[in-house]
Amino acid sequence: MAIKRREFLKIAGLSVAAGLGGFSAFTGLRSGILEASQYVRDPKELKASRWGLVIDMSKLNQEDIRRIMDVCHKKHNVPAIPNPKDEIKWIWPESFEHSFPGQESPYMGDAIKHQPYLVLCNHCDNPPCVRVCPTKATFKRADGIVMMDMHRCIGCRFCMAACPYGARSFNWRDPRPFIKEMNPEFPTRMKGVVEKCTFCYELLAVGKPPACVEHSNGGIVFGDLKDPNSEIRKIIATKFTIRRKPDLGTLPSVFYVVSDKENKGGHEHVG
Amino acid sequence: MLDKALSGSKTYWGWIVFLLAIIGAGFLFYLQQFAQGLGITGMSRDVSWGFYISQFTFLVGVAASGVMVVLPYYLHDYKAFGKITILGEFLAIPAVIMCMLFIFVDMGQPLRVLNVILHPTPNSVMFYDMVVLSGYLFLNLLVGWTVLHAEKKGIAPPKWIKPFIYISIAWAPSIHTVTAFLYAGLPGRHFWLTAIMAARFLASAFASGPALLIILCMIVRKFTKFDPGKEAIQALGKIVTYFMITNVFFLGLEFFTAFYSAIPGHTHPFVYLYVGLEGYSKLVPLMWISSILAVVSLVLLLFPQLRRNETILAIASICVFFSLWIDKGFGLIVGGFVPNPFEKITEYWPTVPEATISLAVWAVGALVLTILYKIAVSIKEASGGDAAH
Repeated sequence: MAIKRREFLKIAGLSVAAGLGGFSAFTGLRSGILEASQYVRDPKELKASRWGLVIDMSKLNQEDIRRIMDVCHKKHNVPAIPNPKDEIKWIWPESFEHSFPGQESPYMGDAIKHQPYLVLCNHCDNPPCVRVCPTKATFKRADGIVMMDMHRCIGCRFCMAACPYGARSFNWRDPRPFIKEMNPEFPTRMKGVVEKCTFCYELLAVGKPPACVEHSNGGIVFGDLKDPNSEIRKIIATKFTIRRKPDLGTLPSVFYVVSDKENKGGHEHVG
Repeated sequence: MLDKALSGSKTYWGWIVFLLAIIGAGFLFYLQQFAQGLGITGMSRDVSWGFYISQFTFLVGVAASGVMVVLPYYLHDYKAFGKITILGEFLAIPAVIMCMLFIFVDMGQPLRVLNVILHPTPNSVMFYDMVVLSGYLFLNLLVGWTVLHAEKKGIAPPKWIKPFIYISIAWAPSIHTVTAFLYAGLPGRHFWLTAIMAARFLASAFASGPALLIILCMIVRKFTKFDPGKEAIQALGKIVTYFMITNVFFLGLEFFTAFYSAIPGHTHPFVYLYVGLEGYSKLVPLMWISSILAVVSLVLLLFPQLRRNETILAIASICVFFSLWIDKGFGLIVGGFVPNPFEKITEYWPTVPEATISLAVWAVGALVLTILYKIAVSIKEASGGDAAH
């Protein structure tokens, strides 16, 4: 890849400033390529002003939910830690009454009350986790994705106290021994940092949809919430959707189409 | 002046060795925590802050309470406190050091602690907490040391120290206000989302801190020739009384708002803490001990005839201290996490390593306090106990 001298100097300068100068200069000169790929965006990259998801629970059965969870966790090297105290999860099912506390009623049938909903980070437009982070280790990107910088996180867990959705997990111990099959394409984490769903930023960057969307058989739709012509906006405009705890003003980017069916995939309940 | 801490009786050195032993035990457990991660504590995905952060919160209050002796002396020229201002200032120093240690041992990646300074983030309350705590530590070291040094030489403290004293008076409530803001500004944590959080923090701080100071004054009088004075101790007793009443009143306000509004999210943590929720009641005995101690202390404090008896005042002070230590140093933080954002319940209880590390942090505080008090008292004994200013 041709690189202008000016750009080379800029990248070199930045690398030195980041304290990585020695390393990147060495590897760069030796192999004849600079690590410039991270500065050149993939032309296929998917872009939006504000990414959002619509999760249509009427289209997802138990099997879909299980598959989506597995794919996401496998792809992102999320460890399977048996002790619930130390558990790490990015996307998982919670029953209606637990996903939308305060929305249930005593007369609601058990099937509806216990119906599983997929929950994950809401990538809020007004994220409390970003507001409280003392190091900007969690931050909001221009496209609305609430990101984590695992290398900057000091593990204070202020973000976990601030998140009203319980979307964040902390590495109470070294997660690596609990990763059954390592995905070399995605970094693993170390103990002592917080992690969560990152909207598959790494897939969007190469023009692919988030893993949960891809494996949902059409049950999850993603798109640009700021684009009135996007598919996601059309769904939200025409179907009745709800968001988790909208009264808190966090402006979640994840919308749910409430299922009007009783547990499509049988009556296996989620606590 | 540090040399004063290097000569002492057998009891003094025995106490120092005892504290060092606890610190050593805690340090060993900390090495385990450092190697294995915070998983060795009782904290979990749902209760992500536990004993460390609760103790930090409580101790910020103790640190702030130093102002309760500094303010009457410097702003109102209340002479009786002249002898003990240094005890108040020198209590604030180990309290802030303990706060910092509790934050440090709670960090998942402690080696990255400087990220808070390298990437200053003014929208985070934790950033301000770091600023006000380190500032308060500096102010108390500067003021305490300078005034004591002057007393040692038998001269009046230098004039330039006055502005720092006035700044420290205004600074003290700020450290606890900022600490309250860590909790009071979080959406979705109903238990903490209360406008009187900072006020409650200050009330409980100005009760528990002076209560501890009363106990410390009595210990100092028993073990040394320095007498802080009956009047000073009685005045502290009055401060404890008023602020304990205020504290219990504020807690009552919280109960009223939660239960008269009957909003489930607001009532749940109270129900969990005081009677148990959905069969989970691990913290109930502790909260009742705290409440009983509060009532007992109020009965003993409210009547001046009782309070004037120093033994009763000591008992009342111990009750106040432990009542608030449980309430703020445990229940207030853990209660904020129960139930979790899914209205599910995960209970918390500290583990042995966690408790030992916490005990060691307290031992570090006690060690610093002992050394500082030893220096201060040695100088007071030499100068006849009167403030030289």
